[in-house]
Amino acid sequence: MTDRLSHRVLLASAAPVAAVVIAVVLSSIVLLISGSNPLAAYWDMVEHASKLETQVDILNRATPLYLSGVAAAIGFRMNLFNIGVEGQYLLAFIVAAHLGAQVELPSVLHVAFILVVAMAVGGAFSGAAGVLKVTRGVNEVISTIMLNAVVISGLAAWWIVEWQAGGEISATGGRVGTEPIAESGLLPDINGLLELFTREVGQGKKLTGVLIVALVVGIVYHVILNRTVFGFDLRSSGANPTASHVGGIPPKRMVVIAMTLSGVVAGLVGMTELMDTGYYPSNPISLLGFTGIAVALLGRNHPAGVAVAALVFAFLDVSSGILQISGAASREIVEIMKGVIILTAVIAYEVVRRIREREEAAAAAAAMAAGPAADS
Amino acid sequence: MAPAIELTGITKRFPGVVANDDINLEVAEGEIHAICGENGAGKSTLMKILYGMQPPDSGTIKIQGQEVELHSPAQAIELGIGMVHQHFMLADQLTVLENVILGAEPMRSFGRIDFEAGREHLDEVGRAYGLDINADDLVETLEVGERQRVEIIKVLYRGAKILILDEPTAVLVPQEVDELFRNIRELKASGTTILFIDHKLDEVLEIADTITVLRQGRTVGTVKPDQVTAHDLAEMMIGSELPVPDAGASTVTDEIALEIAGLRVIREGDRAVVDDVSLRVHRGEIIGIAGVEGNGQAELVNAIVGIDDPDEGSITLLGQEITHQSVRHRREMGLGYVPQDRHRDGLLLGFTLWENTALGHQTEEPYSRGPWLSRGGMRDRASRIKTDFDVRTPNIEVSAHALSGGNQQKLIVGREMVAGPSVLIANHPTRGIDVGAQAAVWDDIREARSQGLATLLVSADLDELIGLSDTIVVMLRGRLVARLDPNEITPRDLGAYMTGAALGTEAP
Repeated sequence: MTDRLSHRVLLASAAPVAAVVIAVVLSSIVLLISGSNPLAAYWDMVEHASKLETQVDILNRATPLYLSGVAAAIGFRMNLFNIGVEGQYLLAFIVAAHLGAQVELPSVLHVAFILVVAMAVGGAFSGAAGVLKVTRGVNEVISTIMLNAVVISGLAAWWIVEWQAGGEISATGGRVGTEPIAESGLLPDINGLLELFTREVGQGKKLTGVLIVALVVGIVYHVILNRTVFGFDLRSSGANPTASHVGGIPPKRMVVIAMTLSGVVAGLVGMTELMDTGYYPSNPISLLGFTGIAVALLGRNHPAGVAVAALVFAFLDVSSGILQISGAASREIVEIMKGVIILTAVIAYEVVRRIREREEAAAAAAAMAAGPAADS
Repeated sequence: MAPAIELTGITKRFPGVVANDDINLEVAEGEIHAICGENGAGKSTLMKILYGMQPPDSGTIKIQGQEVELHSPAQAIELGIGMVHQHFMLADQLTVLENVILGAEPMRSFGRIDFEAGREHLDEVGRAYGLDINADDLVETLEVGERQRVEIIKVLYRGAKILILDEPTAVLVPQEVDELFRNIRELKASGTTILFIDHKLDEVLEIADTITVLRQGRTVGTVKPDQVTAHDLAEMMIGSELPVPDAGASTVTDEIALEIAGLRVIREGDRAVVDDVSLRVHRGEIIGIAGVEGNGQAELVNAIVGIDDPDEGSITLLGQEITHQSVRHRREMGLGYVPQDRHRDGLLLGFTLWENTALGHQTEEPYSRGPWLSRGGMRDRASRIKTDFDVRTPNIEVSAHALSGGNQQKLIVGREMVAGPSVLIANHPTRGIDVGAQAAVWDDIREARSQGLATLLVSADLDELIGLSDTIVVMLRGRLVARLDPNEITPRDLGAYMTGAALGTEAP
């Protein structure tokens, strides 16, 4: 039993490890061709990442990537491709920033209000694509891409003007943005929590409190997916909608629910920035939604896998800065590494899946040849 | 003359299993040679070896008297061996011609494809073998039988003299089977050797010149069709007395479990695919529905299970009207369902067996408690199904696709039975599974019947219908047109009712 278990764990971890190793090899080749020393570049990256302040940066970057990855993963589990995380989080971001600045509430309630607004907006916007799919047969890929455009060049562009903070050089420090949210609405940083384990964080770096929210989302995602009837319905409907329908799971309702839940999590993606700055700027951190798709892919839609994938991507993103400063290599190498990791991961997962399938089929054939399982 | 194919002592092992164990096979030039055996008897492995997809561990292969070592299908094709797989490998968006020449394109200068040469060669092949096909049709517009013809032409186009057909009739309707057999006979007439894998014994007896039976990886024997009956062949395949469906003494009670009244399902405007169907199934009773496929049986079953909403009439389950209730509600009330297409409607192929045993019952104990799944409960049930229903599997953690078709079916039947249904809808419950598993499924249904299960059995297997049912109703063009006593009817008569001939009306 333990033997078989360790074999399974080995197989499961073989794919991501192989992906990273191959990515390192291929990136080294690219670095060599472009005349850089790969060892020096990797050394710079690792040395930089070993600093506590860099680790805070990585966690701050990984938090929204994780949320975005989970949002995409919920869709994937239901065989839905929610490309609209990008639009959903930006829309949730601006609406939550605006409404959050309009209300006065005690601290805990204020934060909760903002998070709930963000989740509701993301969920409703994504759920709309789900409704379109089941009522009008609109493919969710098309509708969410188009809804992205509606947000990015439509609603957000309009509302940022509409809701712009009064007074040119206001509390936003001269930048264009929505009215800042009062202190009571902002999640405090959790440097204190981190410093329980390490030294004091320097350079004015703050570890985002949204990290806690992301962890809760990850745990809830895991529990719902694997431990509840609803999660079973969702996975089953995603794997085989017709068999699930026969098994009493209404496929259309599952599509709408899955799209909505995906959007609910997507709504939280922008909260890392909002809780840090307190307003929606004219140039918010973007592309988190699209990167989340890659993160979910690398993490196999698995709650812990997506977390690891988010950390890998965050590490690469943060490392690109140091490469530019140290001059060891061009920062674009990081983008190449991300691409190669995704490609090799997809291939490696498929290879592992086939190996496993073959092993199982052989074992089942052996059991068949062995004769009846019991007297009958 | 040397035989077209001569296999001697072929052995092939996979981890933990011997798929082919010292197999000898001799196929004469220009004959139709059928290979029969249960699922898992080693037919496919043997063909893969012959087609160069897998090397044997030991043994020799001689083609036209020459000993060869096959390492790839390309090499097999070069030696004139072609294979038509059970699942077609065609590009839907391309024309017949493009599909046929794909990978063997006649070229002109500068890497251009010489379509004219391809078309000429294709026409030649078509004429030589009497295979009729329009080269410019898009494959997606073709019927299944025509697609299969394209596959055969594809192989002949590459110069095959030995043709391997892997269960070619599995996907065809009866008329298409006739057409296929006509083509096969013409191929034979023009000198092609045909190796034909099948487990439908009537077909084998009809088409084959020689039959070789495999069982558990070994050759059981080689016979001529005029020396044996289907019954003999089946016994060779399973190695013991053939089970016959037999309902035994009646256990019908007067308690109505399922009542259907005036049910109508309307499709495509105003065509009633289920037309005014009324039916009662009592506890302890098996009602068989006979009919040529496409006469509304599938729609009737979908309406009863709750997948489609009927337009008129009512369905009553255990005294409670459920006409428009959800599938889940019906399931929870005790409606069991064995679907016709187990891959499409019955299983989550990538999921473990224990997860599969919960599908359809996941809201009930012991599979769950309230909103929470109970993995322990699911695993317990799965283990019980594995033992009680003889599902041959190393453990319950493997995924469903690892099992053979018969074992998948036993898993589904087991899943529905352990849930203790009051009414079971069995839609072609033994289609495509071997005789051993078939007998097991019959036993399970009979056993449940004696304990009061009401069963609606839809089947195309007339022996099964006659053997199991207490009453047979015949469905024709959406209506129930006859009610027959299985003790007094032969398959031939039943067939006449199914086509409408016995009713004095024309078949559609």
